[in-house]
Amino acid sequence: MRKILSMAVAIASGLGLAGAGLPAAQAAEKLKAAWVYVGPVGDFGWSYQHDQGRKAVEKALGDKVETTFVENVAEGPDAERVIEQLARAGNKLIFTTSFGFMEPTLKVAKRHPNVMFEHATGFKRAKNVSTYNAKFHEGRYIIGQIAAKMSKTGTIGYIASFPIPEVIAGINAMMLGAQSVNPDMKIKIVWVNSWFDPAKESDAAKALIDQGADVIAQHTDSPAAMQAAEGRDVVAFGQSSDMIKFGPDSQLTAIVDDWSPYYIERTQAVLDGTWTSSDVWGGIKDGEVVMAPYTNMPDDVKKMAETTQAAIVAGTLHPFKGPISKQDGTLVVKEGEALADKDILSMNWYVKGIDDKVPGQ
Amino acid sequence: MPLRLERQENISPLRHAMAPVVAALVTLVVGAVMFVVLGHDPLRAFTIYFIEPLGDAYMLQELVVKASPLLLIGIGLAFCYRANRWNIGAEGQYVAGAVLGSWLALATQGTEAGPWVLPAMLVLGAIGGALWGLIPAFLRVRFGASEILTSLMLVYVAQLGLDYLVRGPWRDPQGFNFPQSVTFDDVALMPLLMGEGRLHGGIIIALLAVVAATFVLGRTLIGFSIELAGSAPRAAAFAGFDEKRVTYGVFAVSGALAGVAGIIEVAGPIGQLQPTISPGYGFTAIIAAMLGRLHPVGILVASLVLALTYIGGEAAQITMRLPFDVTRVFQGTLLIAILAADILVRYRIRRVEGTTHA
Repeated sequence: MRKILSMAVAIASGLGLAGAGLPAAQAAEKLKAAWVYVGPVGDFGWSYQHDQGRKAVEKALGDKVETTFVENVAEGPDAERVIEQLARAGNKLIFTTSFGFMEPTLKVAKRHPNVMFEHATGFKRAKNVSTYNAKFHEGRYIIGQIAAKMSKTGTIGYIASFPIPEVIAGINAMMLGAQSVNPDMKIKIVWVNSWFDPAKESDAAKALIDQGADVIAQHTDSPAAMQAAEGRDVVAFGQSSDMIKFGPDSQLTAIVDDWSPYYIERTQAVLDGTWTSSDVWGGIKDGEVVMAPYTNMPDDVKKMAETTQAAIVAGTLHPFKGPISKQDGTLVVKEGEALADKDILSMNWYVKGIDDKVPGQ
Repeated sequence: MPLRLERQENISPLRHAMAPVVAALVTLVVGAVMFVVLGHDPLRAFTIYFIEPLGDAYMLQELVVKASPLLLIGIGLAFCYRANRWNIGAEGQYVAGAVLGSWLALATQGTEAGPWVLPAMLVLGAIGGALWGLIPAFLRVRFGASEILTSLMLVYVAQLGLDYLVRGPWRDPQGFNFPQSVTFDDVALMPLLMGEGRLHGGIIIALLAVVAATFVLGRTLIGFSIELAGSAPRAAAFAGFDEKRVTYGVFAVSGALAGVAGIIEVAGPIGQLQPTISPGYGFTAIIAAMLGRLHPVGILVASLVLALTYIGGEAAQITMRLPFDVTRVFQGTLLIAILAADILVRYRIRRVEGTTHA
């Protein structure tokens, strides 16, 4: 028995079992950074892209950092425990990458003033809690234009997750883009009430196609809708990551989130001791939103998309430029003006031309 | 080779007690093989999984916090399952209780309401859960509808109802239109029991439920009528027990306990209403009830074990960077081993000789 015990101790200490309790000398120099994901890293969408960002940090900063992650964390009380565990395990920089992690992140941050937190897509900050997000609606304006050019039925099928402002703004941006090409474009929206539910996403795509939509867009995390579109010979847009391998004949482009530049910059800032709480909202210009190659479309459509993209980067085109009217006809943005960021971030109304109701309104 | 399970009579208490121990050993062996194949040191994995979460006061509190909703719901389910009534919809009753209880928290928000708010919320939570649970009971008694289906379907109704409320009428006006209610006032929050950590008063309620349920199920006529309705319905009818009353009774108790669990969770660790208030407690509690052999004390142990596998699984992800799926496979192995051990203790596998039916 004693022999087994001493063997166990030897193995344990050899492998650094005590790591959590007694930080070894060399570990202390490394910055420990952690990521919390709402879905599996293998979703090929939202969480996958965040994990690509984590890997980019490892690659860029090498020996100076040690990263870890927890996937499939439910939004709610479990999230607080996971974040707390990460803070207690000695991580000094923690990225929480879903809106529902907002309150848990703030609660844990209060207890660990020396740990920096970065919360994606939220709006509450603290001295050691930053927020960051990407202007996905810029990409959605472009795909709206492409959809209007490519659709024969004049109907977009849109698979939406939850009716939060970011998703509503995405629907509006796509519609505004589509209307700039064809003012009579229609959109059909299905809410799957989940970020990641491949079966539901696929069913929603099929239902939309059955209802006459011939261009599919999604604001959910899996490539299931792309696969459904490929199977039914209609075109579609990828979301979060380049989904071309799931729809080689269907994908027109994809709105790709690239968190790498931001993650590297923020991790470097902690290493340099220059990290401060901030709110960053980058778009195509900043490299946070990347359009996947324009494929499966005629040259003139591709050219139009590229022109629009260039105009957004140059700042000459704002997806929410006036005039914009709500469904009931009230004018929200006048000609020559653009919607303020705070109004985009709290959007809960549809633009004129969308024949549907925002759920819960 | 055809095999058959044969029920064993006269099982020795020792065998009964040893079954979970054997199951745990089998899990450890299977787990060790899995970890070695994946290139991890099994000893280290087990330490992280089962020992480290017990090693500090904060994590112990987390263990109890995670176990208490499972415990409350599981005890309620034991009433149903003992009576052979299959309530699969505890998740919905949990949500219904949380919604009705939260109504009071939101109605008194910002007023001078006194310390009566929290107890009243708990009562409303019980009522909400019980009413939700009585729907499948009514459908079964009145129309003979399968309570398995109706209770399960009502889960989605409850969840979508909650979803509607937090996106619509109960949304925090200051919350940038995000789907969540305001955070509750202090009088509407569960008191914390320790200075640091999240251990809250809900665990006391859960432990009281263990004591009360043990007494009712084991020592009273009500408990006997439930047991009899489950094991020998005809005998129960001859003995004069009303089958309908049993159905309504067990669903009401089960729903009420799930509802209380829901409002405790919302007024405790969450502190506000949001679209998701449960990571599937209502379903996991079914496993807790089964593992605990439908006995309140057994369910207490089972809830703690289940909570440990969740928390240990997270720790393994953090420390060893094990994928989520591996931690789930490990949990699954544990459950299958326990259920299999249970079957093998109570039944004997017999080879069936010949093929008489041919």
